[in-house]
Amino acid sequence: MRHPMRHPRKVTAALAGLTLALTACGSGDTGGTAATAAPSGVRLPNLAGQSVEVAAVWSGAEQASFTEVLRAFEARTGATTRYTSTGDDIATVLGTRVKGGAPPDVAILPQPGLLNQLAGQGNLKPVGSDAATGVAANFAPIWQTLGSVDGKLYGVWFKAANKSTVWYRTTAFAQAGVTEPASWDAFVQTAQTIADSGTTPVSVGGADGWTLTDWFENVYLRTAGADSYDKLARHQIPWTDQSVKTALSTLAAVWGKKGLLVPGASQTDFPTSVTQVFSANPKGAIVYEGDFVAGVISSDTPAKVGTDAKFFNFPSVDASPPSVVGGGDVAVAMRDTAGAQALLTFLASPEAAAIWAKRGGFTSANKNLPLSTYPDDTSRKIAQALVNAGDAFRFDMSDLAPAAFGGTPGKGEWKLLQDFLTNPADVNGTAQKLEAAAAAAFR
Amino acid sequence: MPWLALAFLSPGLVMLAALVVYPIGYTTWRSLRDASGRSYLGLHNYVTMFRSDSTRTAIGNNVIWLLVAPTVVTALGTVFAVVTERVRWATAFKLVLFMPMAISFLAAGIIFSLVYADNPDRGLANATVVAVHDVVSPAAAYPGARPRDPGPFTQQADGSLRSSRGYQPGESALVGLVGVRPTSLPAGRVPAVPTAATPGTVGGTVWFDFVPGGGGVPGAIDPGERALPGVVVQAVRDGTVVATARTGDRGEFRFGGLPPATYTLRLPASNFTEPFAGFVWLGPTLVTWSIIGGYVWMWTGFAMVLIAAGLAAIPREALEAARVDGGTEWQVFRRVTVPLLSPVLVVVLVTLMINVLKVFDLVFILAPQSSQDDANVLALEMWRVSFGGGQDQGLGSALGVFLFLLVLPAMIFNVRRFHRGQR
Repeated sequence: MRHPMRHPRKVTAALAGLTLALTACGSGDTGGTAATAAPSGVRLPNLAGQSVEVAAVWSGAEQASFTEVLRAFEARTGATTRYTSTGDDIATVLGTRVKGGAPPDVAILPQPGLLNQLAGQGNLKPVGSDAATGVAANFAPIWQTLGSVDGKLYGVWFKAANKSTVWYRTTAFAQAGVTEPASWDAFVQTAQTIADSGTTPVSVGGADGWTLTDWFENVYLRTAGADSYDKLARHQIPWTDQSVKTALSTLAAVWGKKGLLVPGASQTDFPTSVTQVFSANPKGAIVYEGDFVAGVISSDTPAKVGTDAKFFNFPSVDASPPSVVGGGDVAVAMRDTAGAQALLTFLASPEAAAIWAKRGGFTSANKNLPLSTYPDDTSRKIAQALVNAGDAFRFDMSDLAPAAFGGTPGKGEWKLLQDFLTNPADVNGTAQKLEAAAAAAFR
Repeated sequence: MPWLALAFLSPGLVMLAALVVYPIGYTTWRSLRDASGRSYLGLHNYVTMFRSDSTRTAIGNNVIWLLVAPTVVTALGTVFAVVTERVRWATAFKLVLFMPMAISFLAAGIIFSLVYADNPDRGLANATVVAVHDVVSPAAAYPGARPRDPGPFTQQADGSLRSSRGYQPGESALVGLVGVRPTSLPAGRVPAVPTAATPGTVGGTVWFDFVPGGGGVPGAIDPGERALPGVVVQAVRDGTVVATARTGDRGEFRFGGLPPATYTLRLPASNFTEPFAGFVWLGPTLVTWSIIGGYVWMWTGFAMVLIAAGLAAIPREALEAARVDGGTEWQVFRRVTVPLLSPVLVVVLVTLMINVLKVFDLVFILAPQSSQDDANVLALEMWRVSFGGGQDQGLGSALGVFLFLLVLPAMIFNVRRFHRGQR
């Protein structure tokens, strides 16, 4: 830190040389991918004296980890970086800063909708060729599509979330003599066996509508396939479509079977749905939600993730291919500066992902990030499922829908799936009400 | 001279204009426009508002609030005010009752979300109800237990188990149950054994048909499977119960001395009923009433203090004269105290009505998402439409104007009273 100008320049020069050398050997033996697979394979310009501002929602431990990533960027380029935490309401903060004529160089957006919105308003700068090459080399094509608006690449998906993880209490599985199910039928059977053993199996946090939309989306992606999923997300097919009814009926096999759900599901909020499975005096055996369940287990229950609490991938329905519903944080450039582009290039590299991955609490869709980087088996398996899903990754559908339909407590999809949880026999009525609510919101 | 007066008044007038008149005007203007505020819609928002189901629920709930909450609070306040006049430690008593007023709506909401928690181990309301209920009717031995499906026994609509085949004396039955909770298993790990059939009796075994760790044959007693003592079993012939037995430590039961015939076996529902878990206070049916309960807790102290002040101002001679004339305490209260107190009671009632119309925080905090629609009130609907996902501030403003019009009569009434009082 004492010589911020001189020292990094030397490092950068040395690394740039190394990159060239590696590229040379890489193309010699295996072709194009070897260069990017190398840990220091990304080429960054010398940015000495320049300053790059990054805005993101992260604070606390996440901010500390991301600051480490920025520090590595500083060491590589000689630039100075400044991190601004926007708090939860990043849309408002960025909106005001754009109006004030002082947007940050780079923003990291937690919602795909925001990427479309900001790009549509012309507030984003397209990703430069270096970063675009990195994205193409390190990510499955779907991430390129997800980062693009009207065919132009705007974003680098630096952090990803896997919402296709089903968490279970290992003692309950051992007691019932069952193993991790791979298919939906096996899942229902497993739940039934656990119920027979005297433990109510499935805990659902139905007081929070978003847990139910996540259930639905995982089942829908598996029963209807990715194409229908995309169409339904854009409301190009109605919610009264047979595929929706099939997904609802599939869900009802668990939600509607007597004795499979921990009683009071529609009054149980998400944290309670997790703690009641892993507490000292447990009421359930299985809880479905995203990778962040691990955090709740660690902080709110005596169970240890990896030994007392494990997860399996959301089971496939009728031999559907591995698929993942999830989310992520996308880095976008808001100013046309060399620093912003260099940072995007860096964030697209496995090297940047490795820094945070090692520290934990991070999943990357970067397929060239070695899985051994993750600190434990659980996070490794989460990342592996995400990378394996490849182009069968889909965003949380309710996040893509207008908030009035997919994001309002007590309204739209949230409320209707809560009603469906109470009365899982009403497949047709639920589909009709969903369509009516969607039609009003997608006007 | 008028200029001087105006100069002195101007700070107040400016504040009034900026903070009261302008927002009212702007809200009205905004209510005639669409979500973005760009285009003029006329009265369209008002039409949409009354067409929406959730606004109608909100109006209905507001009516319940308006009729119930101020009345109950004023009545309770009056009772407490009269009672505290006669007890020792009146000040301490009043202080305790008034204390909830010092708590914000938000904190009160959180307190009551704990009171109304579903789990009887956490929620005070359910803990009380369950304790009372369990005294009246004790819990079943094996809640949630059920037969294997398919199997020789099926669960009936009333919750009892019935054998699908008949048994004749000399035969024995295997009644394998699953879903027995670990907490209801007896402490001694007694393994189940088949009950040998003896001539002239129908016997059998009731056991937990599940080997810990899995394995085993459904419907057969495998090593490691445990007996279920204390289960009531009935022998039924032609629809009438002819004998009743209770399983012993090894899960065995026997009906001796049965005349030769075919009997079906029945395990009454009382073996399996789920323990009473209390009410879902914040579920769709009870939620509004539960929230009103929280509101009453907060505001009774307020009503009591105002009414107690009014009570202190009542001329004692009137009360004494009534007593001397032979009136009972109830008559004195009903015919003398209440009429003399009525101006205060009306003020309290009207103030509470205004307060109740704009209730928001308690409902917002107490009602869980899944029943927010059922607990909806106008102020909450206004927020939900404008900010909570709807993002339609035009429609929200229309609701605001409607709410304003509802509060207006009560306000005018109060201001008039105030003027009369001054004169």
